[in-house]
Amino acid sequence: MSHQPIIHTLSVYVSNKPGVLARIAQVFARRGFNIESLVVSPAMDGKFSRMTIGISGNPGMLDQIIKQVSKLIDVISCKDHTGDEAVVRELALVKIRCGADRRSEALQIVEHFACKTVDLTEKSMIIMATGASDKVDAFVRMIKAFDVVELVRTGKVLMVRGEQPT
Amino acid sequence: MIASTEHMKLDGAQALVKCLEAQGVEYIWGLSGGAAIPIFDALVTTGTKIKLILVRHEQGATHMADGYARATGKPGVVLVTSGPGATNTITGIMTAHMDSVPMIVITGQTITPMLGKDAFQEADVFGLTMPVVKHSYLIKNSNDIPRIVKEAFHIASTGRPGPVLMDIPKDISSGPFTGGTLDPEMDLPGYKPEIEINQDHVKAIAAALAKSKRPVILAGHGALIARAFPTIEKLAEKLKAPVTTTLLGKGAFNEEHPLALGMLGMHGTAYANKAMVECDLVMSIGSRYDDRIIGQASKFCKDAVRIHIDIDIAEINKMINVHHYCIGDARLVAEELMKHVSELDTKEWLKHLDGYKKKYPLKYGKQGGLKMQHILDELYKMTGGKIIVSTDVGQHQMWAAQFLKTVRPDDWLSSGGAGTMGYGFPAAIGAQFGKPEEQVWAIVGDGGFQMTMCELSTACVHKLPVKVLVLNNHYLGMVRQWQELFYDDRKSGVDLEGNPDFAKLADCYPGAKGFTLKRPADIRKILKRAMEYNDGPCVINAECEKTDNVFPMIPAGRALEDMIIERPRYKMEKPTGST
Repeated sequence: MSHQPIIHTLSVYVSNKPGVLARIAQVFARRGFNIESLVVSPAMDGKFSRMTIGISGNPGMLDQIIKQVSKLIDVISCKDHTGDEAVVRELALVKIRCGADRRSEALQIVEHFACKTVDLTEKSMIIMATGASDKVDAFVRMIKAFDVVELVRTGKVLMVRGEQPT
Repeated sequence: MIASTEHMKLDGAQALVKCLEAQGVEYIWGLSGGAAIPIFDALVTTGTKIKLILVRHEQGATHMADGYARATGKPGVVLVTSGPGATNTITGIMTAHMDSVPMIVITGQTITPMLGKDAFQEADVFGLTMPVVKHSYLIKNSNDIPRIVKEAFHIASTGRPGPVLMDIPKDISSGPFTGGTLDPEMDLPGYKPEIEINQDHVKAIAAALAKSKRPVILAGHGALIARAFPTIEKLAEKLKAPVTTTLLGKGAFNEEHPLALGMLGMHGTAYANKAMVECDLVMSIGSRYDDRIIGQASKFCKDAVRIHIDIDIAEINKMINVHHYCIGDARLVAEELMKHVSELDTKEWLKHLDGYKKKYPLKYGKQGGLKMQHILDELYKMTGGKIIVSTDVGQHQMWAAQFLKTVRPDDWLSSGGAGTMGYGFPAAIGAQFGKPEEQVWAIVGDGGFQMTMCELSTACVHKLPVKVLVLNNHYLGMVRQWQELFYDDRKSGVDLEGNPDFAKLADCYPGAKGFTLKRPADIRKILKRAMEYNDGPCVINAECEKTDNVFPMIPAGRALEDMIIERPRYKMEKPTGST
């Protein structure tokens, strides 16, 4: 039986100490999980960091992985938010080759996806797209009509809706 | 020499030693080297009462600290230098990690400006040990030392114990300590070892027990760590439930107790394994349902109610799915459980199991040459099991587990999870340091002993009367057994030709004594002589039958139903289990 790779989004709250990312990465790697996306940044209190990690691997093992991550001394909490009522966003920067002849065509796409041009030269353009991952995916599909020089995505950040903490 | 440091400023290393003292450290097992010199120096300049035990190889230091910890319940402390000194400890750290043994490992490190620049004897020890420690520190400020030492001991010895490593660069150990207090607050917001026992879970377990007619209690190492043995005995007696123990759980329940089934698993007793197959309820207290116990996971107690009591939630539903669980300290949960249970109607069940005990006793042939089982059996009869036993890994270990019944807690030291050859002898040394009044036996094979026998020097220097019983079959016997049973007896990499005469070897160490045992008739005489020799270590070279096999046996990856009691005549399939 083959499984469609489901990407789970874990939100991990950690002490901001050296090695904590390596320890968490090791828990995944040892059990054959692949990290698809990773965002780390300081939390409100700089003593702590928030990691949002997109992982894919054997779903039967996920529960075990969450427990193993939670067990690490520097981890305060680790939760799986896949399917939860959560706001999930990411940001992409796309650089395209685009002269004056196709500029308005490009700007149409930018406008449709509520993106922004953050750099503009005679021959190029950098577009910033933000939103849910599927929206960013759709934008990237459309913009591929142009000559894409490079593409950088931040990976997902996530926050649970309502009063509950993430 | 400075006798007192009261009126002088401390450096990082001196602060470290004072903090270790405050933690009640009695011994440090170590081997010096460049990057650790300031710390070794501080052991002198502070005038500390901590005794430094100089070992001959860093792996030995870790196993000594491990043996000390298992025998006393207190964390063992190791001090080594950077690079190879530190990497030599990794096997011992992993051994402690797999078996939840509290240990503190202090490694010297190159100076901080040289970190990551491939300096002499620099190794990324923090990174190298990450998967095998409970926690670790690379200390970058001398003033952090007291907090980190306090945290390290707290982490190592609470919750599910384990090894904690502190990597200390030389400029940090020799730099000035200006941190003020040596007893600062810990900063561990993510570590909460105190667990409130869920009463609903306890009651659910009690309700499941009340319905059981054929229960089995499975006691593991966690029960020993939690000092749960009196409670487990009371619980078993109240329920009238039989108790089996894991390899590491030996001592959690007196194996001479009428309710004892002995060890279960791959080379466990036939009656323990048959009880697992036929029980209607299994309740693990402090075991992790390890693969050596459950065999084929999908068939393990598949029709029974499965219960798991463990301090580590990550163990629940890891190997097998359970119907009920309770997270907490084994003793505290067992005490709670006591309040909610009453005697079960197990008369028929116990009678049935007694039938198995009579039908399938542990046995060995009395004919032919010298048998390891025979020696161990006699050792048990002579001592009544009132000795500390430390083993290596392999056939001798399994026979020791079978024939040396464990009647008191903390008497059985063995590398279970890691299966580390070379563990037995240094662990026995550590145990002897911790329990000088006890008779300590290292039961080792000729393979494992040669991995750490350099520590004979350490035992001699300290005149430790450790008795080393080398059960010598000139083979790596367990692998040879597998090759015989599963690989058409093609021997590959198992013949230990070139063995020294271990008795003569002992005689060339000052203060050690060697004995040779060749005939079954001499077993008692030689064991007695060894028991009477207490001026230093002694080594009995027991020349045993070369090709005996350990039974019962459940081939790796097979179900407990597939247990074989004796050598089958048919050719067996290669095992599918990992090892």
